[in-house]
Amino acid sequence: MSTRTNLEIPLEPERYELTEASTYRFDLGRRDFFRFLGAGIVVVSVLKPAIAAQESGGGRPRRGEALPQEINAWLHIAESGKVTVYTGKVEVGQNIRTSLSQAVAEELHVPIEHIAMVMGDTQLTPFDMGTFGSRTTPTMNLQLRKVAAAARDALITLAAAQWKSDPKHLIADQGRVRDTANGRSLEYAALLKGQQLTEVLPQEDPLIPAADWKVAGQSTPKVDERDFVTGKHRYPSDQKLPDMLYGKVLRPPSFNATLVSADLKKAEQMGVTVVEDGNFLGVAASSTQAAQAALRAIHAEWKSEPQISNKELFDYLRKNAAQGKDPSGDGDHFETGSVDRALSSAEHKLQSTYTVSYIAHVPLEPRAALAKWDGDQLTVWTGTQRPFGVRGQLAEAFHIPEERVRVLMPDTGSAYGGKHTGETAIEAARLARAAKRPVKVVWTREEEFSWAYFRPAGVIDVSGGVNSDGTIVAWEFHNYNSGSAGIRPYYEIPNQRIVFHEVTSPLRQGSYRALAATANHFARESHMDELAHAVKMDPLEFRLKNLKNERLRAVFQAAAKQFGWDKSKSPGQGFGMGGGYEKLGNIATFAAVNVDSKSGDVKVVRVVSAFECGAIVNPDNLRNQIEGSNVQGLGGALFEAIEFDNGKILNGRLSQYRVPRFSDLPLLETVLLDRKDIPSVGAGECPMVGLAPAIANAIFDATGVRLRALPLVPNGMKAS
Amino acid sequence: MATIRLAINNKSYSLDAEPESSLLTVLRDHLDLTGSKYGCGEGQCGACTVLVDGKAQRSCITPVASVSGKPIMTIEGLAKGERLHPVQQAFLDEGAMQCAYCTSGMIMSAVALLEANTSPTEKQIVDFMDGNICRCGTYSRIVRAIQRAARTQRPAPGKGAAR
Repeated sequence: MSTRTNLEIPLEPERYELTEASTYRFDLGRRDFFRFLGAGIVVVSVLKPAIAAQESGGGRPRRGEALPQEINAWLHIAESGKVTVYTGKVEVGQNIRTSLSQAVAEELHVPIEHIAMVMGDTQLTPFDMGTFGSRTTPTMNLQLRKVAAAARDALITLAAAQWKSDPKHLIADQGRVRDTANGRSLEYAALLKGQQLTEVLPQEDPLIPAADWKVAGQSTPKVDERDFVTGKHRYPSDQKLPDMLYGKVLRPPSFNATLVSADLKKAEQMGVTVVEDGNFLGVAASSTQAAQAALRAIHAEWKSEPQISNKELFDYLRKNAAQGKDPSGDGDHFETGSVDRALSSAEHKLQSTYTVSYIAHVPLEPRAALAKWDGDQLTVWTGTQRPFGVRGQLAEAFHIPEERVRVLMPDTGSAYGGKHTGETAIEAARLARAAKRPVKVVWTREEEFSWAYFRPAGVIDVSGGVNSDGTIVAWEFHNYNSGSAGIRPYYEIPNQRIVFHEVTSPLRQGSYRALAATANHFARESHMDELAHAVKMDPLEFRLKNLKNERLRAVFQAAAKQFGWDKSKSPGQGFGMGGGYEKLGNIATFAAVNVDSKSGDVKVVRVVSAFECGAIVNPDNLRNQIEGSNVQGLGGALFEAIEFDNGKILNGRLSQYRVPRFSDLPLLETVLLDRKDIPSVGAGECPMVGLAPAIANAIFDATGVRLRALPLVPNGMKAS
Repeated sequence: MATIRLAINNKSYSLDAEPESSLLTVLRDHLDLTGSKYGCGEGQCGACTVLVDGKAQRSCITPVASVSGKPIMTIEGLAKGERLHPVQQAFLDEGAMQCAYCTSGMIMSAVALLEANTSPTEKQIVDFMDGNICRCGTYSRIVRAIQRAARTQRPAPGKGAAR
């Protein structure tokens, strides 16, 4: 297998993953563990320094009896045999509660239903930077495997000592250690009676090779699936406490507005808690209606400056861009060969500009938080991908140490990168402090549209130089604002200049599933199509001619075969492809679109994706993630765009902002390439990046019209 | 405030609420039936769907006074003890969820669809379900789940009463 070195660069830090360094100090000694967990065995997972820097914000040296600070997970088997796993990762629908349980069940040889996962509770779980960037499968899955394997081996050692047997003859099986020499066996629970064992993860633990997986690698159903079809599961917005009040916040009339004055008298006479603190105006009442009525009774004056509209957006981004920094290996500017010379001497050259609008995450569960104070201790239940980050934000907002803040994250109604920040938690906590009672704040859909943050808009200029035989000789790529994720080409191009230009965004922007990789793949894979047509080559042949990476070639070839790239088309139909490499996964997506020449309607009728992310942990969940990426991706590709003017969102309701529905659904086909010889990586993001260019290229194939703006057809072909 | 009588999941409730309060607010905040979800507050996403007189209704835009006395079914009332409704079971069998926040509304809509039409075509399923949003994009699985539930609910050929 040949793997190009430029594909092996470590994950680039991405500016739009909202991150912050940890100030967590983990000083739990081994005795504390058993006081807290009860007797049994504890295995802690310690990150290697390089990973720790990325996942946990660095560490401190060990001292005395204190356990190492770089712990990122631990597993406890109680005297009862109950297995509990503690990780700071969180469940937002990507189904890691199940896939991580599978990993533990596999290595520990216990039924999956004997495993409880404690996730995203800042008091009970070790620090974690957050659940984003498709990092759970390549890091946490592997760590938990190792932890579970170490626990299994410790149990075998215990049994060997007890029986005075050779550990070589002992195996773990169905929650028991068995002696293969004489058939004698004991339950884990019996072996652990009265024990207080700690293991710090040995690095050389033998893991079960993917080819021999029995539990992992299977389509295990969601572990607590019944609670989700019976309405029993309590999402953050469903949390409730005795005496709880409902909180509402008065929003400014536009972004960046400052409060000039507020008349609270009427509201204060309504028997509710009213808080004015800096720019914050909020109320807490015994019901949502009472809180809303009190908000309406507040008279506030705000001041704001004129702000741009979406019509001027792309000019604004270009004009207000920082120049990419000097070519010294900085993430913002990559240069190799001599791109100017190669472009001027190329036999064909093309320059195109692509644009991407702001879009909203629209998690179906809006942000929600329930906060309560016990003296100076704050506890908050909230939906966030970064419980530890939100803990930090709360500590900062209330000028208290992080030790006095506990954030819990009940499995949440989706996030897609949109729940990294803790506004709702802070709002609920501020109101609860004033009311001296627990307060829940659930954002309305309109608040979610206006006061969360957006996927960054962007302008991308691409120049490509190609020779008549289809060899790409030069590639210049400038991204303004949307981000640097996935900005580097995976095609073999000797002369390149790749620059990311930072811009102060007119709207609040942040992480969104796949980050800028969607925009950068859209521009790159569209431009690849334009270059292929310039040299009159088949787009698939053109890509393969310039692509050496075997894993990427394999997905393009597999998808082409399943799709039937050479198939004939019906009138008005077009075929297109897009693909690439992102977050260590490989995707190729082929789309068929029908364009109605009379109405201008564009319908994506079929999407075939081939995906490879190393050894597959849960095939059905993987398919679900790929299908979901394609369905969600349809919105940003075809019609989603935030409209705004003078600090206001103009289409911030579901009746005004169209998201994909049942009737948008194409026929979805997924080809999974299972590479049992390659470590598993995540799949929540990469599968999304091939769709938009595949559709744009298919529309060109059908109509001869090249669309270079996402969304491609918000009003159909005629109006665009 | 007015006293309102509600018949939910074969149980009677009497409570004080503003008559114009939404049924969703009453279910969630007054009765702690949190299986019905808020998603948009304007009847656009279907996460709050309940059955009123056996028909799918968006509880977020339903004034509570308007359903006083009518039989209301929420997701919490669908299973018979431990036995799941065929639509609930079909969602599990097809793995038709990711975050599952839309699932209650999807299931209630699907139950209403199958009440009215025991063997819907794919197009009829898509048309009926188009007012329910799944942001995770599991639509194709939900279609399959509804088809599966329709098969399990229908009497097997030859066994059912002949017409």
